[in-house]
Amino acid sequence: MSRIATRFTKLKQEGRAGLVTFTMAGDPDYATSLAIMRGLPKAGVDLIEIGVMFSDPMADGPAIQAGGLRAHKAGATVRRTLDMIAEFRRSGDNETPVVLMGYYNPIYIFGAEKFCAEAKKAGVDGLIVVDLPPEEDHELRPYAISNGLDIIRLATPTTDEARLPAVLDGASGFIYYVAVMGITGTKSAAIEQVQSSLARIRKSTDLPIAVGFGIKTPDQAAEIARVADAAVVGSALVEIIGSKGDTVRSAHRFVEVLANAVHSARKKAKAEA
Amino acid sequence: MATSVNSYRTGPDERGHFGLYGGRYVAETLMPLVLEVERAYNAARKDPNFQRELDYYLKHYVGRPSPLYFAERLTQHLGGAKVYFKRDELNHTGAHKINNCMGQILLARRMGKTRIIAETGAGQHGVATATVCALFNLPCTVYMGSTDIERQAPNVFRMKLLGAEVKPVTSGSATLKDAMNDALRDWVANVENTYYIIGTAAGPHPFPQLVRDFQCVIGDEVREQMKEAEGRLPDTLVACIGGGSNALGLFHPFLDDRSVSMVAVEAAGLGIETGKHAASLTGGKPGVLHGNRTYLLQDDDGQITEAHSISAGLDYPGIGPEHAWLHDTKRVEYVSATDQEALDAFKLLAKLEGILPALEPAHALAEVIKRAPTLPRDHLLVMNLCGRGDKDVFTVAAALGIKL
Repeated sequence: MSRIATRFTKLKQEGRAGLVTFTMAGDPDYATSLAIMRGLPKAGVDLIEIGVMFSDPMADGPAIQAGGLRAHKAGATVRRTLDMIAEFRRSGDNETPVVLMGYYNPIYIFGAEKFCAEAKKAGVDGLIVVDLPPEEDHELRPYAISNGLDIIRLATPTTDEARLPAVLDGASGFIYYVAVMGITGTKSAAIEQVQSSLARIRKSTDLPIAVGFGIKTPDQAAEIARVADAAVVGSALVEIIGSKGDTVRSAHRFVEVLANAVHSARKKAKAEA
Repeated sequence: MATSVNSYRTGPDERGHFGLYGGRYVAETLMPLVLEVERAYNAARKDPNFQRELDYYLKHYVGRPSPLYFAERLTQHLGGAKVYFKRDELNHTGAHKINNCMGQILLARRMGKTRIIAETGAGQHGVATATVCALFNLPCTVYMGSTDIERQAPNVFRMKLLGAEVKPVTSGSATLKDAMNDALRDWVANVENTYYIIGTAAGPHPFPQLVRDFQCVIGDEVREQMKEAEGRLPDTLVACIGGGSNALGLFHPFLDDRSVSMVAVEAAGLGIETGKHAASLTGGKPGVLHGNRTYLLQDDDGQITEAHSISAGLDYPGIGPEHAWLHDTKRVEYVSATDQEALDAFKLLAKLEGILPALEPAHALAEVIKRAPTLPRDHLLVMNLCGRGDKDVFTVAAALGIKL
């Protein structure tokens, strides 16, 4: 079983939701970014999402755009991103799933086949390519499959009944539900809407569902954790990494608080009921 | 692929590809909407009422057909081919952009959309979009790079007079590509009520196709007008390309006429060898940006690099996907002209013909100046004079070292 499937099975057994964090590879520099990544599992992160820098991130808000620029200035590339994942694995973590999230052009220029092979070798478990919808991902998917990488598909509030089968056909690992119509780190979704969307998607798939976009606070993460298999926090963490001071420490502290909120969310909900 | 093409006019395929290029590389949030635009457009173009309505506004509001003008003094001066100008700079709002805006706003109305967004570089597309929004009483937001806002101040003011909100974009190089990023971000956040009027034959399918179709009025008119003027088809067509909509509009109706050769002129900026240019075909390679695969200016890591041109309308690191395909199949010849060559052409046309061309078609004119003298006197050359230069007088003055 893949690391992603193993992790979600374990979460299910433990009766709790998972915390997924997003950080940009190489933000604010390679060493700091790696140090932050290394501490994430201990701080309570269940699945690590790592952004691959792109100059024109059309689905991202100001926080992640800024993170990408910081990484770019510090020399981040696709190659360095894969190096960082490999170094993370070498330091001993062989359980935490790592998913790369980015845009297609850097992968295309690297070479889709070579990228999948090297990502697997580095210890990557899945790929989220924001601007590669099911209609276009045939040029990446065969290589992902042959290397045992999950292609994680996005579902959104605009993914209606007619569209959903196209999204689910060929999806693996988990479904990433984009909670809002919009870009990362801006508005937040109403929990009732997320809940009804998830119920709709679950009728058509047994894959776990992680929910992201607009989840900024421990309270919001906990709210999502009550209804989803995992909650994704990105922009809020990237903002901390972009602030002054000991960013490694403040990032891990923030993640610990998030993890506590997410992990205890369902117990609390039961106790309240 | 290059050798077995029977018709050059059948693209794109049902999934929006022109050979390797085009497609629909957008975030899932936009996918259902892009599919909806495609459905609506396919229905509209089969609907005679839609075409009738479009024809009405093109005739009575835009002022079509635009003249095909024989530039006698320029022809004498160059001493070769007979040079004709397709005078799309005489359209309402001063450029070819309104042909597309009129088509798209009628489509947006059919779709029941109540808010319009657009990106703009030189400001011509922004002005044309703001104009049709005023005409049909729809709120309009135009994204424009802050660098472009500075160098195109008259067009910014015009958009505001027309009631549009102009949103400055400061990310990246603060030019057209960044404006397009922000317009896409707006669209993702407002998909339910908003229609995005893309200004050139690029972006996710069906935009490259529908923008091209709305611009084909240019070439269709040239075909009729040239038959009337000379009794035959033109021999050479010349147009500038940023995204490439004016060039496609002129070329597309002639693609299957093998006797007609076509030349598209990219912006070479300070010179291709300097790296400061906007010539995606000459100096770029295929990649994926803004919803389509096409030639892009980019580095070895797939990061998009900044384009440079004196002309804000050509200052884009990509090109429409159909041009990428026409380039690879060699049906169209792609060349480039520098900032300086465009400026020289601008000045020449003002003096010889009393026409101030926009800096964009001044690039096409620079190629005409090089090419016409090498051609026989019975050779019929048509250049798309796709925009007027009034908006550029400040830029030209600055380049000539003159304070206004």
